[in-house]
Amino acid sequence: MNWLHLLFLLVILSSCGGDSSNLEKDMGPVDVGEVSNSVDRDKLGDLVVEGSIGDASNLIPILASDSVSHSIASLVYNGLLKYNKNLELVGDLAEKWEIASDEVGGSIITFYLRKNVRWHDGKLFTADDVVFTYNVIVDDKTPTAYDGDFLQIDHIDKIDDYTVKVYYEKPYAPALSSWTMYMLPKHLLDDIEITSSNLQRSPIGTGAFKFKEWKNGESINLSFNSKYFEGRPLLNGYIYRIIPDSTTMFLELLSEKIDFMSMSPIQFSKQTDNRRFRKQFSKYTYLSNNYTYIAYNTKNSLFSDKRVRQALTYATPKDEIIQGVLFGLGTKATGPYKPDTLWHNKEVKTYPYDLAKAKELLRKAGFVDEDGDGILEKGKKEFKFTIITNQGNSTRAKVAEILQERWGQLGIKVEIRVLEWATFLNEYIDKRNFDAVLLAWSIPLEPDLFDVWHSSKCEGKNLNFICYQNSDVDHLIEKGRSTLDEKIRKDTYFKIQEILAEDQPYTFLYVPMSLVGLNKRFEGVKPAPAGIMHNIIKWHVKENNQKYHFIP
Amino acid sequence: MITYLLRRLAGLIPMLLGITLVSFIVIHLAPGDPAQFMTSLNPKASEKARERFIKMYDLDKPIVEQYFLWLKKFVRFDFGDSFSQDRKPVLQKILERLPITIYLNVAALILIFIVAIPMGVLSAYYHNSILDRVVTVFVFVGFAVPSFWLALLCMYYFGVVLGVLPISGIYSYGFSELGLIGKMVDVIRHTLLPVILSVFGSLAALSRFTRNSMLDVLHEEYIEAAKARGIPERIIIFKHALRNALLPVITILGLSIPGLIGGSVIFETIFSIPGMGQLFYQSVMMRDYPVIMGILVIGAILTLVGNLLADIMYGMADPRIRYEKK
Repeated sequence: MNWLHLLFLLVILSSCGGDSSNLEKDMGPVDVGEVSNSVDRDKLGDLVVEGSIGDASNLIPILASDSVSHSIASLVYNGLLKYNKNLELVGDLAEKWEIASDEVGGSIITFYLRKNVRWHDGKLFTADDVVFTYNVIVDDKTPTAYDGDFLQIDHIDKIDDYTVKVYYEKPYAPALSSWTMYMLPKHLLDDIEITSSNLQRSPIGTGAFKFKEWKNGESINLSFNSKYFEGRPLLNGYIYRIIPDSTTMFLELLSEKIDFMSMSPIQFSKQTDNRRFRKQFSKYTYLSNNYTYIAYNTKNSLFSDKRVRQALTYATPKDEIIQGVLFGLGTKATGPYKPDTLWHNKEVKTYPYDLAKAKELLRKAGFVDEDGDGILEKGKKEFKFTIITNQGNSTRAKVAEILQERWGQLGIKVEIRVLEWATFLNEYIDKRNFDAVLLAWSIPLEPDLFDVWHSSKCEGKNLNFICYQNSDVDHLIEKGRSTLDEKIRKDTYFKIQEILAEDQPYTFLYVPMSLVGLNKRFEGVKPAPAGIMHNIIKWHVKENNQKYHFIP
Repeated sequence: MITYLLRRLAGLIPMLLGITLVSFIVIHLAPGDPAQFMTSLNPKASEKARERFIKMYDLDKPIVEQYFLWLKKFVRFDFGDSFSQDRKPVLQKILERLPITIYLNVAALILIFIVAIPMGVLSAYYHNSILDRVVTVFVFVGFAVPSFWLALLCMYYFGVVLGVLPISGIYSYGFSELGLIGKMVDVIRHTLLPVILSVFGSLAALSRFTRNSMLDVLHEEYIEAAKARGIPERIIIFKHALRNALLPVITILGLSIPGLIGGSVIFETIFSIPGMGQLFYQSVMMRDYPVIMGILVIGAILTLVGNLLADIMYGMADPRIRYEKK
């Protein structure tokens, strides 16, 4: 047997050196690209290495639904529009756009495309690529989970090589934001099935970085695009290192093998609170795009009375949760929008922690402890229910435990079940088989609330799984998504937030902070509501601080 | 011998079919399906999207039909394409991860044998002495200490405090510019901690096994007889006794063959090693049926073959065992 082992070892050791990427030690013959001014030339060079928990799955972004694939895509591709550092929609591949309405009540968006933008393989980007991207997304053979917004399009016309007109049957507010979807190269995908394209493994885009190499489960390497239309990135490349364990990733950061990672609240507030760390790293915080909530199944008789839901919110110590679970690194949530965006209504009814008020509301709703066992009853029915949440997120389990304790003080018996994700979705959420759910929604930058809050989304596997039905909210949602007037939309969504705050179908808990540690050698980093990645092409390292001297 | 072999081999086929059928049904019994992960809780997915996935993966067909569709491909050694978003062929996904997994397992296995067997022999020879007790405590500590905890301590000490060993991964960034020797050193440096820690965690079984087996043999009469004849102790121990004591080790070797392609999820996750353990775990969590089936079938084949090999080698090593009918 032993010779076989040895043979294996030999084969393995020699195969380790198999794929060699072309490392270039010196900058000599490399085309350094167009640099806006000569001062920038000595800022060129070095790489940034980011630690990522998961590997990407597919680098044609419409085929992938995981966040890692999309963050690689954001460096390699461009959409027609993008969100800028203040989370406002601005042009990307489209220089400008116009919105018009036609005589039969539909709406038309005209995009004027940027000229002289080239794909990484040198071909020009034109209106054909836009039309192609639309066609492939709505094609029945394309297995994409992003077709929803594009199915609202009636048809799309190429006017000339740099002008595209998109026709919607009726005004559809989320339309604009859907055009942040990354454009795909027609000339490489036209004649083949998209699922067999090798762009899935080695993408060609128009973005600031070119794809170089993907080592499965280890790293994804990108190098600078010297012809990028906003100027070449000052860094030579971007390396994504896959480190599935967050403690390991933190050790890698400490030993400076990676430059950049998202940290957990405990790492950020306790484990990095020392002089050595502050000397090596900068810490950044900004609000994340998600909120955590507890949702009540309105079909359950316990929760059908809004006074009960209000009482539960009064008995929810949001400050204690944010302190205890997030170490203070989060903000109280009062509704479905991010507190630093223009859609957020600051004036809604709030529910400061008040057990006496909660008790009073429950008494009014008919819940009193008649038999003196410490648990409230209404008639013969005890007030007890189960909170379900998913496995793999210890924060949620901790929040549930705090609620169990606090609500227990009201005389409510709460049980907690933590479930594996597939089981959680399939057996509980999709079947509407739950009392209360502790979960989080990501907050899309487009404010439309149709999918989660409209009463028509209550049945089947739709996302209004608590079956919240309020005809005022329905009307407002429909109004908000059928106008492109920002002022009207804002008023509409402010009103919805007031109604939601009164009804409390969810107890909105908190919006956590994104917590980032970045090596100090990078300069030009400008934190903004959108985070720190928005100006990645301007990040740079002084020549004598540069660490990596090869181009991926 | 030949007829015995043929009979055994023929017996493997229905067994393998049975294993695939049971596995196929069991993994489909788990709640959830792969289409769910693309479309569930995703407001951007239209209602059509989910149906499209279900149709694409044949999930709308009855489970028996799905099994036969799978079997039809499998008899042509085609494991199909993964249901995950990369849509790679299952075999390719497995082959990408096999080399590093086998390398780590083989290296660990060899080291375990090199360290555990002498430990067991010494423990048996000096049994109940201080040395025996120290060895016992040492191997049980290795067995009992949570490996991920020890791993993190070692990573912190050797990687961050001393800075002498890489913390995780298999290669350095500049790997491809290294020479052959440099590459080997690089991989060995990266895999030193995982291999040593997994050896430390698995010494107990084999060393205890060797110790007990050796103790039994040392009480046999032929050992007494050898001693009486004045044969040197060293030769008695290592030639006469050890040979007989190690016979059952063949069974252990046979049974460890399927283990060579398996990996520990915890270890691979902590050390960022893209091995088979992670692949299997992720496939199960994502309900990626073709990949799960592929790994299970390969594991099943290796187990069956490993058993067969162990039986045959046992017969070769021990003249008392014969397979032919008399």
